[in-house]
Formats: sequence, structure tokens, C-alpha cells
Amino acid sequence: MKRTSLIAFLLSLFFVAGGFAQTITLGFTVSRTGSLNVDSLEQYRGFELWRDTVNAAGGIKAGGKSYKVQFASYDDESNSKRVQQLYTRMILEDKADFLFSPYSSSLTATASIVTEQYEKIMLTTGAAEEKTYKLGNQHLYQMFAPATQYLTVALDALKAKDPKATVAFVYEDASFSVAVVTPAKAYAQQLGFNVVFTEAYAPNTTDFSAIIDKVIASKATVLLGGGHYADGSTLARQLYGHKVPLKMISLLVAPDSPQWAELGDAAVGVIVPSQWEPQSTFKAQYGPSGADFGKAYTAKYNAPPSYESAGGYASGLVLQHAIEQAGGIDTDKVAGALNSTDITTFYGRTKFSTVASEHGLQVGHAIVLAQWQKDKAGKLVKQVIWPLAGKSADLVYPIH
Amino acid sequence: MSGILASMIDGLLIGSVYGLAAMGLSLIWGVMDVINLTHGAMIALGMFGMYLLFGASAANPYLLLIPVIAAGLVLGMIVYWLSVSWVIDRPQLMSLLSTFAVNMMVIGIGTAIWSTSPYNVNFSLPGITVGAYTFTGNHIAAAISAVVIALLLELFLYRTRAGKAIRAVADNRDAAELMGISSTQVLMVAFAIGIALAAASGALVSTLFPFTILSGASYQLKSFVVTVLAGLGKPFGALVAGVLLGLLEGAVSPFIAVSWIPLIEFGLFVVVLILFPRGIFGRATA
Repeated sequence: MKRTSLIAFLLSLFFVAGGFAQTITLGFTVSRTGSLNVDSLEQYRGFELWRDTVNAAGGIKAGGKSYKVQFASYDDESNSKRVQQLYTRMILEDKADFLFSPYSSSLTATASIVTEQYEKIMLTTGAAEEKTYKLGNQHLYQMFAPATQYLTVALDALKAKDPKATVAFVYEDASFSVAVVTPAKAYAQQLGFNVVFTEAYAPNTTDFSAIIDKVIASKATVLLGGGHYADGSTLARQLYGHKVPLKMISLLVAPDSPQWAELGDAAVGVIVPSQWEPQSTFKAQYGPSGADFGKAYTAKYNAPPSYESAGGYASGLVLQHAIEQAGGIDTDKVAGALNSTDITTFYGRTKFSTVASEHGLQVGHAIVLAQWQKDKAGKLVKQVIWPLAGKSADLVYPIH
Repeated sequence: MSGILASMIDGLLIGSVYGLAAMGLSLIWGVMDVINLTHGAMIALGMFGMYLLFGASAANPYLLLIPVIAAGLVLGMIVYWLSVSWVIDRPQLMSLLSTFAVNMMVIGIGTAIWSTSPYNVNFSLPGITVGAYTFTGNHIAAAISAVVIALLLELFLYRTRAGKAIRAVADNRDAAELMGISSTQVLMVAFAIGIALAAASGALVSTLFPFTILSGASYQLKSFVVTVLAGLGKPFGALVAGVLLGLLEGAVSPFIAVSWIPLIEFGLFVVVLILFPRGIFGRATA
């Protein structure tokens, strides 16, 4: 009897220990250095907070097992060549079970070639350009609302305020910005706006003087465009320094970062199309509420979350939900669960297209517009101004 | 004010900084027959020198040019002894490789310390507004600083004994040595001044635009164009050529996309090499 009890005890110890030993390896690169470092680091913090929260709760529970989450992560230096090498390494050497995307559409496009080749699931965040999801990929799932929505929403807001505005598009010559601006320009013309100037600039541009002179000469009253943090913040600084008489400025990505406030007066009035804002009031069916996420994030990083951070955390939540639904980490079963995902988290609705020609494209999530405004105390804050139903403040138009 | 005129004024202001950057390259090339491939890295170090000094002291950046130039002189002497003095009389390829090696070391160490993320010197002077166009105070101050430094260099080269010694060594090193001039010391001083000028131009650029440790490379390329345009060993000519290059940028940018400008600049580089192999200001060597 004693012997049987001892064997039973040892066996149970083995299974418990086996349960603890279950881990899921998630691979991704972070642009810790290079031009994408600001946005990429914020995305990483979202991943990290989700991992810590899940592990503190005992891991992901699926099929009667608990899976602790561990990361295999490297610095891609904002460089697509590094992305190609590192995603191969994470799959072959680090044996990553699932992957998250790097930050930006162009780096993700590179990573997706590798992950698809090895038939690995990759949830993409910080990668809004649609083209990558229309190449027949079967293991790619987009968390961000597609790029076409970014500036068309800004144009809707402008139409409501000033249908006679003259519009200039000044944007980074990179895949994401081009994917945003091309449909936005057509949409502006469709709405009856006079598009008086369009120019793309090289991604490493630091001197915008010549372009700014052309914007002034065009007599544009509204400027739409930008690209990422480094160029967007420089463009905004120089627009302010040259006192360009614009009534509205809407730039991609950069103004969403809490660092934007460091621009001081140059930051005021700038609008950013956003995937998520802390004021968003989605009723979460799964995971924490927006308020709880914001509180936990601010406590850990001493800064408010950006939409890149929220996208990072939500990617983890959606993968966690799919693993739970699949009852394990088998790639085909998790892919099936992702295909049928239609959930609302603090980040909003998430649903992936299962149409063969655009498999994995995000069809549930929508863009909001936020604007940097000064509050009564003169402090710079970001306010949601569109859609009107969810606004936290009115659009300030004209800026000055 | 018309857009073209405003664009040309902007070009003139930034062109003077291109000119200052090219002066250092031109001086070293003209006096020593060394193509200094550390030039871009030294411009970047000037940017970070200004960033660190401004962050530590919050003093006026144009006053901080003085310690940046002093540090550039010391660094120039060190780089000269480490990498150039050994190869000065050997084929030009040796000095090319030697300075390239130093360039790679500086970029590597700089990347390890500062990464390749962008930095800013958060300082702004009030600008001048004419009609719808505003010329920022930082651009105006940078252009004035560049011209003042260029004039001081010109005074040094033409009005001081040390400057005359540099020109003598540049003209004929053997004859200068026969006249009792220590060419070794003169070459070291010329190299140090070239590096200090590169650092000063980098410091000025840092007050205008964000920068990384890799930012010097684009100014090094522009310096080559300006040096070829001016002719070797003509530092003040380099300033004028830099201003001309800036004016050209300003004049063409209203008509073409800004991303096409490098094509025009390097087209000009080739045309000048073919039509004016000694540069538009004179002879091949000083």
C-alpha cells in the first residue's frame, strides 16, 4: 500500500511538474534601434505586459494544461535584412511556436515571407498595409485596421467641418504611407476637395524646408500625410518653425506616441488616426477593460499606453483566446480558431477575413481620430474627436 | 515673396553649412593629398558633441561651438598620429583604407553608445517672416556661424605664420622643409583643423535637424561634390561652392520632387569633373 501510494505520489509529482514545464515560445523582433524604435518599443511593451499578466495568472489554460509564455526576441535595427535572418532563426533555432510581427508594414512584409514559408502563425500588429494580406498567405492575421481607413476617416471629419478646404499630401515614401495616401487622395477628390499638392519624401529625410516652401506656395489649408515617428515629428517641428498657415494637420503614427508632447507648441492641434485611444469605451468580452489595461500599463512603464502598446497587448489576448478555443498549441487547430475569431476586447472588435483572396485581413476593427489639445491647465492631452459618437472633445479647427 | 525666392534663401542658408563641412575635407585633401574618409564620422561626432554639451550646460549652442572645435582639434591630432602619419608618403589607397578603418571604428563605437536612434538639440531662435515664408532663427544663425568660421580660417591661412606654413607645405613640401618648416607638424595641424571644421559643421547641423551616428554620411557625400566643385585646397572656395550647391537645391526643388535632388547633385559632380577637372575656382592642388 505504502509502495503504491509512493508511486502514485511520484507520478502525480511528475505530471504536475510536467504541467509547469509547458511553455509556449513566441518569437518576434523589436526595433530597439533605428528610425522605428519609438513605435516599436511601445508595441513591445504591450507584448511584455500581456506576457507578465498571463504568466502571473498561471499561464494560458487550454486542453487541461497550462502554458507559460516565453519570448524569443531580438533587435532588428529597423532593418528588413535583419528581420529576414532573425525570423528564420526564431523558427529554426529558437523553435518559436507562434510569431508576432515586427513593427511597421515594410518589416512585416519581409517577416511574413519567412513565416509563411515555414507555415507558422504570425499575428501582425503595427502593420496596416493591406497588400501583404492579399498575397495568398494562410497563416497571417492582422490586428490593425487596414491602411486605407487611416486618412479617409480624417477626410470625413474635414468634410464635416470645412468642405472647401484645400488639401496637401506630404508623406513618407514607404509602403505603409503610400498604401494610406493613394486611396486617401482618391477619396479626397471624390469628396470634392481640391488637392493642391502631393509629394513623397525619402524615409530618412530630416530637412523639410524645400517641401514646406512648396506647401506654402500651393496655398493648401490642410496637410495630411507623414509616415513614422522620426520623420513625422521632424515634419511637425519644421511646419511649426516655418509658421505654415495650416488649419489642420493630420499625420500618421507619430502623434500617437506619448513622446509627441515633447514637441511642445509644435504638437498642438496635430491629429492622428489611431487604432485605439485610452478614452475608448469598448465593452470587453475577453481580457481586461480599457481602464484596467491603462492602469496596469502606466503603473509598469510610467507612461500612458499608445495604440501600438494596445495593439501589442491585444495581439497576445487574441492568440491566447485562440489557443484556449483550440484546446492546445497545434498550428492547424489554432489557425482554425483564429479564422472563426470574432471577439471584442478593450482594443475593440477583432475579426479576420477568411476570404481566400484576403485571408487574415482585419475586417472587424475601426480607426478613431485623436487630436493633441491643451487642457484648461495648459497641459497637452490627446482627445478623441472622431467618430462623433465616441468623441471626448470637439475638433479644434483651425489649429491657430 | 515668391516660392522660388524663398526656396533659394533656404538653400543659401543650408548651403553655407554644406560649405563649412566641405572646407575640412578640402583642406586635408589639398594640403596632404589624403582623402579623409573619417569626415562623415567626425561630422556625426560634432553633432553628438553639441548634443552632450547642450544637454549638460543648456548654454547657447553657438558658444558651445568653441569647445566642439577645440575637441575636434585634439581628436584630429590623435586620428592623425593613429592612422594617417604612418601612410602619408605611401600610395593614396593606403590613407583611404586607413581613414575608412577609423570611420568604421567611430561608427561602431558610436552605435554601441547612442544606437542609431535619432537625437535632437532642442533649441530654437525666433525667425524672420517675410510674407507667408518664415526663415528660422537656427538656420540664419548656423549660416552666419559657418561664414564667420570660414573667414577666421581664411585669416589664419593668409595672415598667420602657421597658416602660411600650411600653404607652403601644400604648394611644395620639399621646398618648405628646405626653408626650415617642419612638415610633420604642419600636416598634423592641417589635419586637426580639417577635423575641427567637420565637427563644427556637424554641431551646427545638430541645431537644425534630428541626427543619428550615421547622419554624417550624407554630409560627407555633399562635401565631395562641393570639394570637386571648388577645386582642391581652396577652403574658402569650398564655402562658396557649398552656398552655390545650396542655391542650386533651392532653385530646382520647386520644380521637381525633393527626392530627385541627389540625382541632380551627383550629375553636377560628374559634369564638373569632366568640364572643370580643377574645380571652378582654380588649380588641382594648393
